[in-house]
Amino acid sequence: MKIWRHGLFGAVLAGGVWASLWQIVVTIALILTTGTGLTLQAGPAMLAGMAGGMIAILFRPVGRLLRHSAGIIVVALLIWGFTLGAPFDPDNLLQRWQSWTALAITTTASWFSLSATIGEMLPVMQARYACEKFYLRLLWGLGLTMFVLIVSIPFYVMVMTSLTSQQSLLANPLDFSIDPSVGAAVLFRSYIELFTKYDFGTLLLNSAIVSVATVLITLIFSVPGAYAVAKLRFPGRKWLSGSVLLIYLIPAIILVIPLYAVFSQLGLRNSLLGLCIVYPATTIPVALYMLRGYFAGLPSELDDAGLMDGLSRLQIITRIAMPLSTPAIASVALYVFMIAWNEFLFAFMFLDDVKLFTLSRGIVSLNSSEVPRQHLMAGAVIATTPVLVLFLWFERFLVSGLTAGSVKG
Amino acid sequence: MTQPGRRREGALQRREKRLAYALLMPTFLLVLAVVLLPLVANFWISVKPVTLADLRPPTLILKEQVRGDFAAAGDNARLEYRYRNSSITYPLEAVVFNDTLPSGVVVTSLDPACDLEKAGAGIRCDLATLVAKGRGKIQIGITATKAFGGDKSSFKASRPIVRFSSYNVMTSFDFTLTNFERIFSAAEFWDVLKVSIYYTVFGTAGALLFGLFAAQIMQKTFPGRPVIRGLMLFPYVAPVIAVAFSWVVLFDPFSGAVNAMLMQMNIAEGPINFFGQRMVTIHIFGYGISLPMALTMVILFEIWRYFPLSFLFILARMQSIPSDIYEAAEIDGASPIQQFWFLSLPFIAGILAVLFLLRFIWTFNKFDDIFLLTGGNAGTRTLTVNVYEQAFAISNLGAGAAVAVVIFVLLLIFSVIFIRFSPKDAG
Repeated sequence: MKIWRHGLFGAVLAGGVWASLWQIVVTIALILTTGTGLTLQAGPAMLAGMAGGMIAILFRPVGRLLRHSAGIIVVALLIWGFTLGAPFDPDNLLQRWQSWTALAITTTASWFSLSATIGEMLPVMQARYACEKFYLRLLWGLGLTMFVLIVSIPFYVMVMTSLTSQQSLLANPLDFSIDPSVGAAVLFRSYIELFTKYDFGTLLLNSAIVSVATVLITLIFSVPGAYAVAKLRFPGRKWLSGSVLLIYLIPAIILVIPLYAVFSQLGLRNSLLGLCIVYPATTIPVALYMLRGYFAGLPSELDDAGLMDGLSRLQIITRIAMPLSTPAIASVALYVFMIAWNEFLFAFMFLDDVKLFTLSRGIVSLNSSEVPRQHLMAGAVIATTPVLVLFLWFERFLVSGLTAGSVKG
Repeated sequence: MTQPGRRREGALQRREKRLAYALLMPTFLLVLAVVLLPLVANFWISVKPVTLADLRPPTLILKEQVRGDFAAAGDNARLEYRYRNSSITYPLEAVVFNDTLPSGVVVTSLDPACDLEKAGAGIRCDLATLVAKGRGKIQIGITATKAFGGDKSSFKASRPIVRFSSYNVMTSFDFTLTNFERIFSAAEFWDVLKVSIYYTVFGTAGALLFGLFAAQIMQKTFPGRPVIRGLMLFPYVAPVIAVAFSWVVLFDPFSGAVNAMLMQMNIAEGPINFFGQRMVTIHIFGYGISLPMALTMVILFEIWRYFPLSFLFILARMQSIPSDIYEAAEIDGASPIQQFWFLSLPFIAGILAVLFLLRFIWTFNKFDDIFLLTGGNAGTRTLTVNVYEQAFAISNLGAGAAVAVVIFVLLLIFSVIFIRFSPKDAG
């Protein structure tokens, strides 16, 4: 008998998994928000959850409201009982209300995850289809929880570390609680210090200059090029559109030594101009590739009509092709901006002068034992915010741009 | 598109061709200058014994000074030139300098190396060859006439014009294979290669699998999906510098949250130096398994940072699969796993292959991530980090370029293999 195909087994398993998972998540969240040392009690929660699984599947015929409330109360009581009245803190470190809230969250979240996973399943042997559906639902829920956690935790730590003080970080690395009563000047002291002492205003400006210049140069070069590859007939056209992306596969680290040598001799190395030459060269091929695809999709009749009306090819580009492909140009611009803003290698190799540092270059120099960690994290937040704001604002453009032509990283 | 065939090209076609070339020319020149020429230059440098110091070519440092009172007519003094070869390795050859004397200055005694020029108004000194680090001085007796302005600083008004030829490693035709000998014979080279392959294979495969998993999850509609989809792209969109340092802070052995949490929960006895420890032994059921710790962490970071990209591509591909084939499969009683295996997977196989190929090459090329996380220490030095290490940390540009050549050759080999075995309809 394949016991794992039985509905009851599935429900008990799901109950145990969900309750222990939510117990872990809530305990970690409590530790990170209150800074107190708590004990992880996943085992008792798992037992309570298994009992909850049994209730959830055996009491299916009972009305929904009654079943949910009864289930939640029973699971909560069981967790409370199995952990000897202290679900999170055997040493009595939390306020009473904190414990109660956390227990309520754990139980409710576990119960509803469990109910959703069980779905319409009955406590009998399951057919293959229903059985797979059930386990995939469980996997789906677990996967979603895992992805949300692993993606958000580093960003959470980044923001919270930038707001704590050096002493509290060393005294208790888990204490990310924020006390708004200290006032903005204390809370944001790392940011204030970065802008006053470390001249982050200039760095922001440098980064902005280089990124915007890179976007403009890239567009000025790639729009006519892409148009030519998409619409004009010339020998080598096929070869060109196939090979342009090969340039994208050449690693920057191979180019860095010769460029370092030559730019040193030309006096371009320690300058923003040097970066404004190197960055576009690395972004133009992909911009050309992305735009070419879009231009090729525009009907040629438009160009012909333009030619008939006496427009030159350049006028066709600026008056017909470009206005029609604003979404593509916007996504290319955003994508190139992102690359230039985030670029690290060339900025790190080329720039020596603090006045010329871009954000990436400036933040590396904060990574020393003399500079407190909060400054480093505040710098990271400053560098991340503009890209993330842009990204969230234009997500649709950017996502289509990312999928259109680039697998770069 | 119609092929012109054997027909002679007309004026219109010629114009179109010329215009196309004109439109592409700027791009071509920029890419040539910044990508293709450096690529060739890299090969050039790799067979030359170039160090970072050679970027400053040897030069003659010359200082001019008047010794003694020299103001009124009849004053005698010595005009002194001190010179030095700035290079500590290469001699300067055929060193000659010219200097113009202020009016009213008459040379009374000349150094044997020097001659008078322009009817006594200038001097020319021939220093011949100056060995590395070589230095010396030239003294010339001078006397002032009435025409002299009375100001010693008028000597400085005309700077000596120096000419010499020196050996420049960069442009000479001396070649050597010592760079390659050095990198191949270094004990760690094969370790570096192994780490590179390990990092690339596991990083690529991990990011692809996680991306596939994430895409399967996000294909289902549920409340809050757009928000979570945006969130899932954060690791890829945020600057590498920010996320890498966030990981470093998160896993710090002393002030990091992860270590504190592990110790709090009695999972770890003492702080673990995640990015600084080479090996770790995990005891499971009495067996000790050794794992490379720092390398695993770097690979996890790579997976974390790049799974969003695979996720995005796979999701886009999956959403273009017509939904009626799933409905048909459903009616035929195909189970969910069968549907995934026999319907979804064949549809996304092409994009998976392309992603694997490109991600493989890009992971192999990755430098920033490892450099920022570990600096290439604790068994995480890949070939790309080795380029930096050789060229800029040990300041041996030639050896760095040689490692870069190795990278390039391996990339070519990968590409050939991929082209041979890639499905033809991929993309």
